[in-house]
Amino acid sequence: MASVSLKRAPKRVVTFDVFNRRVRTLGMIAFSVAVLAVMMLLAQVLGVDGLQTRLDVRNQPPSWANPFGTDWLGRDMFTRTLQGLTISLRVGLIASALSAVLGLLVGLAAATLGGWVDAAITWLIDLFMSLPHMVALILIAFVFGGGVNGVIASVALTHWTGLARVIRAEVLQLKTADYVQLSARFGHSKMWIARHHLLPHLFPQFVVGLLLLFPHAILHEAGITFIGIGLSPHQPAVGVILSESMRHLSTGYWWLAVLPGLALLVMVKSFDALGENLRALLDPRTAQE
Amino acid sequence: MLSVRNLSITFAMYEAGLRRRAITPIAGLDLDVRAGELLGVIGASGSGKSLLAHAVLGILPSNASAAGQIWFKGELLTPARQEALRGKEIALIPQSVGFLDPLMRVGRQVRRAAQLSGASSPVEAQRRIFERYGLRPQDARLYPFQLSGGMARRVLVSTAAVGQASLIIADEPTPGLHPEVVAETLRHMRELADEGRAVLLITHDVGAALTVADRIAVFYAGTTVEVAPVADFQGDGAALRHPYTRALWRALPQNEFISLPGAQPTPDDLPAGCLFAPRCPLATAECRAARPELRPVRGGWARCIHVES
Amino acid sequence: MVGAGFSMLDVSFTMLMLSFVIKKAARLAALLLMLSAVAFALVSLSPIDPVTAYVGADMLRVGPEQRARIAERWGLDDPPVERYLRWLGQVAQGDLGVSMIYRQPVIEVIGQRFLASLGLMGAAWLCSGVLGFALGVLAGGSAGSVFDRLVRWFAYVLASTPTFWLALLLLIVFSVELRWTPICCAMPAGIAPEDVTLAQRLHHLILPAATLSILGVANITLHTRQKLIAVLESDYALFARAQGETRWSLIRQHGLRNIALPAVTLQFASFSELFGGSVLAEQVFAYPGLGQAAVPAGLRGDVPLLLGIVLFSAVFVFTGNTLADLAYQLLDPRIRLAQLA
Repeated sequence: MASVSLKRAPKRVVTFDVFNRRVRTLGMIAFSVAVLAVMMLLAQVLGVDGLQTRLDVRNQPPSWANPFGTDWLGRDMFTRTLQGLTISLRVGLIASALSAVLGLLVGLAAATLGGWVDAAITWLIDLFMSLPHMVALILIAFVFGGGVNGVIASVALTHWTGLARVIRAEVLQLKTADYVQLSARFGHSKMWIARHHLLPHLFPQFVVGLLLLFPHAILHEAGITFIGIGLSPHQPAVGVILSESMRHLSTGYWWLAVLPGLALLVMVKSFDALGENLRALLDPRTAQE
Repeated sequence: MLSVRNLSITFAMYEAGLRRRAITPIAGLDLDVRAGELLGVIGASGSGKSLLAHAVLGILPSNASAAGQIWFKGELLTPARQEALRGKEIALIPQSVGFLDPLMRVGRQVRRAAQLSGASSPVEAQRRIFERYGLRPQDARLYPFQLSGGMARRVLVSTAAVGQASLIIADEPTPGLHPEVVAETLRHMRELADEGRAVLLITHDVGAALTVADRIAVFYAGTTVEVAPVADFQGDGAALRHPYTRALWRALPQNEFISLPGAQPTPDDLPAGCLFAPRCPLATAECRAARPELRPVRGGWARCIHVES
Repeated sequence: MVGAGFSMLDVSFTMLMLSFVIKKAARLAALLLMLSAVAFALVSLSPIDPVTAYVGADMLRVGPEQRARIAERWGLDDPPVERYLRWLGQVAQGDLGVSMIYRQPVIEVIGQRFLASLGLMGAAWLCSGVLGFALGVLAGGSAGSVFDRLVRWFAYVLASTPTFWLALLLLIVFSVELRWTPICCAMPAGIAPEDVTLAQRLHHLILPAATLSILGVANITLHTRQKLIAVLESDYALFARAQGETRWSLIRQHGLRNIALPAVTLQFASFSELFGGSVLAEQVFAYPGLGQAAVPAGLRGDVPLLLGIVLFSAVFVFTGNTLADLAYQLLDPRIRLAQLA
């Protein structure tokens, strides 16, 4: 019997259609990008005309002229929301870019330097994970004196841990990979190996990591802005708009809170879908599913 | 008791890329087993042996489809009928302790099997079956991971023997076990047959099957190539009908210990003619042209055109 | 003989638990030490002047001498290391200082506020756990069905939903439009706390707890669904089906048993998100819990309170993770018995 060896037939067999799956992934990516592009374009096209105080159209419910209604100063809520989202987007982008770069550098340092550096970094990550996000955000925003800097710093400093771990694990795995070992034996310098073997692997991880950071960054930015520690009322981000709407809750002007929040949700979900689908596409483990 | 006629099992697969593909790991499988008989079903890994068990029980994965006929006690099986018979009339003895719930005490698992088989008192049934297989009452409180190899075998046999199933399918019940445990497990199989049950002993261990079986069915690449009384396995194998069976017999350590060169074809790359032709010493152009039928030969069955009836 | 065996088991079990507790306590002590150092260093870097924060709007009326007196009383002009060590010494004795905003010891503020939050978080924790588990089982058991798709879609959308917006939505629907629930706070206004009935307290608890529950459901649902599907594809599920189990009886017999422990563990490990969520939810509902106190502490620079909350929330999260560990040690026979052996 020993001679007749064959692999067992796979017990679980893949049943979904790869073609459809890939098309669906690409479709989701295109759709997410389109939603975000339309939002950003609309914000540009509409400009700031709708932000004028117009006492004759105060507190109007949604209509064709004002799809999100108007506020207590007669400002168009749709314009305010789009402008608010643009601010949130900008702040979120800077914060998550900083955070991703931090995660990349820390992860690389941990994996390549090893020893006590690695131990210290692992420990630092554990320390960050030991605090609820919201508490860490408040603490860091306070340390930076609030405002835009506070928001960016707090979001950037609280979101790097996940990516750092991923990068660290990836580099450690790559370091022991046969072809990298072989390349070192061929006499290629460390820099050469880093450029030719590490970067091409890390780059997709970094991009996906950045994209997946983004929804969290925006949500947390909106969160601490909402409680008043983040952006000031002079920078009417979505968090500020929603925070202000609290004062008009009992009056029944529901659109002040419901619609801007919904727009925020759509934006966050679009980024999330973009990141998840891009990961599915780039990750060799799921790309075949 | 059980008759399988021209069974084939097809899996729908989607390849990386765009094509949809069907693979057929079992094609043209036939066998019979009678009450009180132990039929050894032997074949290499990948010859579709486990799938046979799952097909009879009606628990194939959802993307598999079975064609052909399975008769049980003179009745053609349908999915609904299989569901009614599972655990009551037909019982399975699985390969390893990995088929037991890791978080449930084994006594409870045997009691549950008894309950599903329709026993009036599962507690009493479990106590009796433990006694019969030399398991202590306190062993019922163990979890699967605490069982030794021998105890695990006895527990697995208990789950099937605790009910009144008239057909017991043992799927590879002696993998990598201590020789004593193998012998004990085989003895248990024989006892089950001697009680009047029909036993299908599915294994790749030809030597083990020969010690207890009444008849042997030989699988090759998902098809039955021969059914022979166990007495035909003797001497130089002249009484055997199919060249593959003879090769298996000769490959045993106590015989010539010569293994057959080459490998069984994979389900997605089957030859057009006789499945064994690429490795067969007797193969001719005729063999490669068409699949031979299974036909009666000297009190057994064989799927070969070169054997005289 | 058997009896002796069991008592031996008890002894070794006690030893095991003892070493577990000692190990965890040491870890917690190390964590708090490091965290306090980092947090204290961070706070010292803040540009917000603690004296200004303390005095607040009255700053204009405070002269330089008075300012110096306050600084001296608080020891604010000493070198940071000295201040840290002094503060650490007090913390070690259970003295977290006095909250500048509430003008009472931090430990009392945290105690009172946490008690209020505990009810809220406890209710949300239980509801989200039970509901999420149930939804996960139903979705996983009917994987691929319309119901399953619906549940998954719901969970994914919830994961992107801002907590405070959900709180606002619930407020608008149930408090403003339907008038079923109160608009804020933990009890009706104008009633002495001792006269508030349990029913009134619960009535005020519903919406904040619902907010946290709904958000907590997503994670546990998706996780449970995934685990159940894996269980249903396992070898032991196949064997159970061969024994005559049907889909739902299989889930009852083997599914729940095998997914309960990971779910419980996950739920304990979610203390961090629970606390974070309570900060936002309590803010919207003006619910006087610990989360709501964290906001002004950061906003107005109440350093002692902020540091107190940082340390306390770390203990809270640590407790959750430890309970998750403990659940595995106690409930999984493979770990429990393997360690005893």
